[in-house]
Amino acid sequence: MSSLRQIAFYGKGGIGKSTTSQNTIAALAEMGQKVLIVGCDPKADSTRLILHAKAQQTVLHLAAEAGSVEDLELEDVLRTGYGGVSCVESGGPEPGVGCAGRGVITSINFLEENGAYEGQDYIVYDVLGDVVCGGFAMPIRENKAQEIYIVMSGEMMALYAANNISRGILKYANTGGVRLGGLICNSRQTDLELELAEAMAAKLGTKLIHFVPRNNIVQHAELRRMTVIEYAPDSPQADEYRTLAKNIHENKGNGVIPTPITMDELEEMLMEFGILKSDEEMIAELEAKEAQQKSTAAA
Amino acid sequence: MDHEYTNDREFHEQVIEEVLASYPEKTRKRRSKHLNVVSEGDSDCGVKSNIKSMPGVMTVRGCAYAGSKGVVWGPIKDMVHISHGPVGCGQYSWSQRRNYYVGETGVDTFGTMQFTSDFQERDIVFGGDKKLRGLIDEIGTLFPLAKGITVQSECPVGLIGDDIEAVAKDKAKELDRPVVPVRCEGFRGVSQSLGHHIANDTIRDWIFDREKPSDQENAEKPFESTPYDVIILGDYNIGGDCWSSRKLLEEIGLRVIAQWTGDTSLAELERAPKAKLNLIHCYRSMNYISRHMEEKYGTPWFEFNFFGPTRIEQSLRAIAEFFDDTIKENAEKVIAKYRPLADAVIAKYRPRLKGKKVMLYVGGLRPRHMVSAYEDLGMEIVGAGYEFAHKDDYQRTMSHVKDGTLIFDDVTAYEMEKFIERIRPDLVGSGIKEKYPIQKMGVPFRQVHSWDYSGPYHAYDGFAIFAKDMDLAINNPVWGKFKAPWVEA
Repeated sequence: MSSLRQIAFYGKGGIGKSTTSQNTIAALAEMGQKVLIVGCDPKADSTRLILHAKAQQTVLHLAAEAGSVEDLELEDVLRTGYGGVSCVESGGPEPGVGCAGRGVITSINFLEENGAYEGQDYIVYDVLGDVVCGGFAMPIRENKAQEIYIVMSGEMMALYAANNISRGILKYANTGGVRLGGLICNSRQTDLELELAEAMAAKLGTKLIHFVPRNNIVQHAELRRMTVIEYAPDSPQADEYRTLAKNIHENKGNGVIPTPITMDELEEMLMEFGILKSDEEMIAELEAKEAQQKSTAAA
Repeated sequence: MDHEYTNDREFHEQVIEEVLASYPEKTRKRRSKHLNVVSEGDSDCGVKSNIKSMPGVMTVRGCAYAGSKGVVWGPIKDMVHISHGPVGCGQYSWSQRRNYYVGETGVDTFGTMQFTSDFQERDIVFGGDKKLRGLIDEIGTLFPLAKGITVQSECPVGLIGDDIEAVAKDKAKELDRPVVPVRCEGFRGVSQSLGHHIANDTIRDWIFDREKPSDQENAEKPFESTPYDVIILGDYNIGGDCWSSRKLLEEIGLRVIAQWTGDTSLAELERAPKAKLNLIHCYRSMNYISRHMEEKYGTPWFEFNFFGPTRIEQSLRAIAEFFDDTIKENAEKVIAKYRPLADAVIAKYRPRLKGKKVMLYVGGLRPRHMVSAYEDLGMEIVGAGYEFAHKDDYQRTMSHVKDGTLIFDDVTAYEMEKFIERIRPDLVGSGIKEKYPIQKMGVPFRQVHSWDYSGPYHAYDGFAIFAKDMDLAINNPVWGKFKAPWVEA
């Protein structure tokens, strides 16, 4: 109990955060760790691969039915899935109404107050897209997650998001002691992806925890509502997740206060890698294009 | 009965200096723009206004919700006003203003009742529109005689982005009554003043522009216009003010077809555009709708003042000028009729009140409007300040105050206390928050938001009560007992 670790996965929406986190958790469970997943996304799909089903009842929907969150018992919301992993989804409103951020705050407080964290080795928060408001920053506040792992890729917007999330971490680093655990690159097979991920990690003052290669087997497993660890335990991809889990497990206490960079610096870095063109380059290209068109027209 | 006096300019300037000297530099710089001593002939009072209060100065300003629900919409008696959001805003502002009305409360009028959607955590998380629909349905069932409903937004409604306009449109159709969504979230603007404006705009958009006004449904008694139709704007019938004003206008031959919004009904809101003249008492809270009616319906508007006989006479004559000779003659007759009454009041109280110095700190109108009522009693205004006035109010103030008057905008608790300590007025007129500290300083006090549970103070009837109340406050024997006997001896 003394060694309870609270970690959180953040990253741009659609980057494969929930898939990566659940595969990692399945691998942690294989290692004999007791894990509780706290899904902090109104879509409630942070535990689908572990439970083999979506849409388990969420804290907030049950609370709304019962009247208030005080009327709930822990047993009502906790489910156990693959490898004995405990799962809870915070849930929230449908898109476009209410305040999902407040929902995250409410349900995390409920779980803590009702002792959901007792007897666990790991509490893992899976948080939606970006730190859009105070509610979604809840897991990185005082006495919540100590280490944040950012899932990213070589795509520009994923890098932007990683930098933004680092800013969020920096804001709470001094008051709450939250640290950046590292970056997890979920490969999209973009140009120079590994190098870019490592360079980004260096800029943020952290390291690349693992580079997860792209493999279709992840998709196959997902369609069967399973993690790769469960669906194809002997596959090389399963080993990749095991390595990732091991790296995270061994990374205990090695988090850093991130050093987010400015947008200009980020764009400069992307230019260095040839992903983003400088204004001069773009103008030169346009001029070349026009010249070409003129010459074709003349001919 | 104007009497000549000037205030001690040098002393007042010195007092401002003293107050400012105790502030840190940044505060001093900012607050110095809100304090001034006026000179005769200036175009306005020379203070900055309608800007954000500084944290920590204990401002007594309210919020946009207070301006809309508490001031403009709240007194409309046959509509139900929902405080939409958590319970506190509605509960703690319940029956705060003394807007008297006639009616069977809970049956056809709802002024002293409190309706709230009482937001819980789940309403914040999942949105409150569903609850609002339910609440409006319940009101429709429980109170069939409620002519309409307004939704007064509290802060969270704006934060979570509820679509109260969509709910209002649906429900208005279903219930066949106006349902008015008011976006008066408290975090908007710098004071209650924005709430007045928002409320005015919603009357324009959701009452005037409604396809089927409820007034026209009254087929047995269709509305017939006369050339003498006027409405009273900006009188909230505090302690019955509007009733004594209305009586006087009727006596000179005018027909008051609506009074906004003290003791008023939805039908009176709807028929207002039919008036020939709009008479506005509280300019600050209703100039917006007056300008709109002028623009859209061509109705002229006139600012009148029924505080004290001097202004009453001026106002009656000026109002009569808009009409024919009959009305003008009537006005003279009415003035002559009430002159003895006013003279008797003055004869009784002036000797007891003459030369007494008064400081006023009120909302957006009374610091200027009440001045001449005090002067009619021989009293002198040494200082005046507004909570939420704008530049145009400070311009209008110049024709009411004397040279050397101390002016303070959105005054801080510290400034107010220092001003009173140094100037030692004989009477302070302000609100409930000021009342007890000031009385403990040994200075007589009257509440001039609520008339200290008295009233009316408007028109001739009101003047008699006003004079008596000021005498009671100032010449109360309790002030002679201010020192403990053992100290005195």
